[in-house]
Amino acid sequence: MAGINRRSFLKTGALAGLLTLAGCAGGGMRKTGGHVVVVGGGYGGATAAKYLRLWSANTVEVTLVERNPAFVSCPMSNLVIGGSRSMDDITLSYDRLRDQRGVRIIHDEVLAIDAQARSLRLAGGGELRYDRLVVSPGIDFIWQDIPGLDSASAQARILHAWKAGPQTVALRRQLEAMPDGGVFVLSVPRAPYRCPPGPYERASLVADYCKRHKPRSKVIILDANDEIVSKKGLFVRAWAELYPGIIEYRPQSELRDVDVATRTAHLDFDTVRADVLNVIPPQRAADIAARSGLQLINQRWVEIDWLSMESSNTPAVHVLGDAIFPAPTMPKSGHVANQQAKLAAAAILRLLAGEPPDPAPVLMNTCYSFVDSRNAIHVASVFQYDRRTGVVQPVAGAGGVSSARSELEGRIAAGWAQNIWADMLF
Amino acid sequence: MKHPAALLTLTVLTTSLFAQAADPERARNLAATCANCHGTNGRAVAGSGIDPLAGIDKRVSLQKLADFKNGQRPGTIMPQITRGYSDEQLELIAAYFATQK
Ligand code: HEC
Repeated sequence: MAGINRRSFLKTGALAGLLTLAGCAGGGMRKTGGHVVVVGGGYGGATAAKYLRLWSANTVEVTLVERNPAFVSCPMSNLVIGGSRSMDDITLSYDRLRDQRGVRIIHDEVLAIDAQARSLRLAGGGELRYDRLVVSPGIDFIWQDIPGLDSASAQARILHAWKAGPQTVALRRQLEAMPDGGVFVLSVPRAPYRCPPGPYERASLVADYCKRHKPRSKVIILDANDEIVSKKGLFVRAWAELYPGIIEYRPQSELRDVDVATRTAHLDFDTVRADVLNVIPPQRAADIAARSGLQLINQRWVEIDWLSMESSNTPAVHVLGDAIFPAPTMPKSGHVANQQAKLAAAAILRLLAGEPPDPAPVLMNTCYSFVDSRNAIHVASVFQYDRRTGVVQPVAGAGGVSSARSELEGRIAAGWAQNIWADMLF
Repeated sequence: MKHPAALLTLTVLTTSLFAQAADPERARNLAATCANCHGTNGRAVAGSGIDPLAGIDKRVSLQKLADFKNGQRPGTIMPQITRGYSDEQLELIAAYFATQK
């Protein structure tokens, strides 16, 4: 994104700031039990910050670096696009994390991590030193895979809305401006990507809006995958029963390019014109991970140790969330990031005390998806650490999907959001 | 995918870990896997519609969890979740929540 600016800034202006901040995050915090810096205040990072304070009885100093002024949830953001929730509903403040948990919050961006010196540099100038670092940076997009979108002007017109925030609002506006009889085209990248059922939930909620307000419209899903990646049977049934003639699903339809001016999706053997073209691009660990020399797998995802979430090649750096190479069948979800954060927090506190981490960690996932503004479905799984493979493995016979969509699960999904937001931010 | 060196260190690390005692906070760590829905330390957000677990008698919770697990108690999701935990783990979790206020 701002790669060039950052680099030139580094060369010129950052030194003054470096000197000012270095003093206040140094050795003084050590005697209270160490200083942990957390990069990224999403589902992973905010949870890690909170639980490091909670489980250390506030003896470990925690600094959270987050570029956005408030937390905006990706889960539930498709309901904003569909029109049944507002941005206010999915936006939460970091104030309680600061005021009640004592987390120091710096709204800034990390330029570079120096793992040797255990320090990192901020775009706003300044340096933070850490005893242990948590990096929960989320994803960045591989724009080069879609040449026509590899510019800021193209990205301002063809939206992803796959990071909740201004794009969520903008996509909602595009949908509202679409004429009745219009075509909403949603492109889904090859797995793995953030939130496996998310694209199908979005298609459902856009279709729900169309059914009520623009019934002659169509929603076309261009899926790079061979089939629906998550909760397939439940989505297929919902689409057949709720949105016949509205949703059209096309598997093996990988996006090769777009023509921005005509909002046309180019596939291998076909082109599809849209009134609203919504492209979820291919993804990888956020830039900061690659820039910091963290070991990647497939050049995309950070390799970690499942007992501590510590990077496989960079000591004292723990990586969470969508940026990591996942365990088998483990999705890139907010729920999983929250669970990984607790695993990391527990391990970090043990390591700061000179003890080994819990040798048998357990993680679980649940993803709720709405198929209309009230009815939801879920997929769940539980993972136990397996000593032989050194990886958390899904427990056979556990987890599964909803028996059917229901308003009951719609209410539970809303309750899930309330509780997980409180679990990370309050 | 192949990182022989990393794999080796991992094996050495885990082997040495297993020579050590388990994490004394194991029950706390396990119970934290339930907090996404039931609230931090089992204190669910009031009005969220999901039951709090904090302060519930251990035997009461444990019976419900066992019934979810063996299919005698219906639920949208708890039967699927409980099957991912050993009975011993569920016991640690129920005991932990019972001590929370
Ligand atoms: C994804 C959300 C979710 C997670 C995670 C979760 N629960 Fe639940 N829990 C529910 C829901 C929903 C119910 C109501 C029954 C149902 O629909 O399955 C429930 C019900 C229960 C009940 C019965 C409450 C009562 O008094 O009727 C107990 C006990 C319980 N859960 C314990 C746990 C434990 C222990 C864990 C962690 C191992 C856990 N839950 C994890 C959602 C969750």
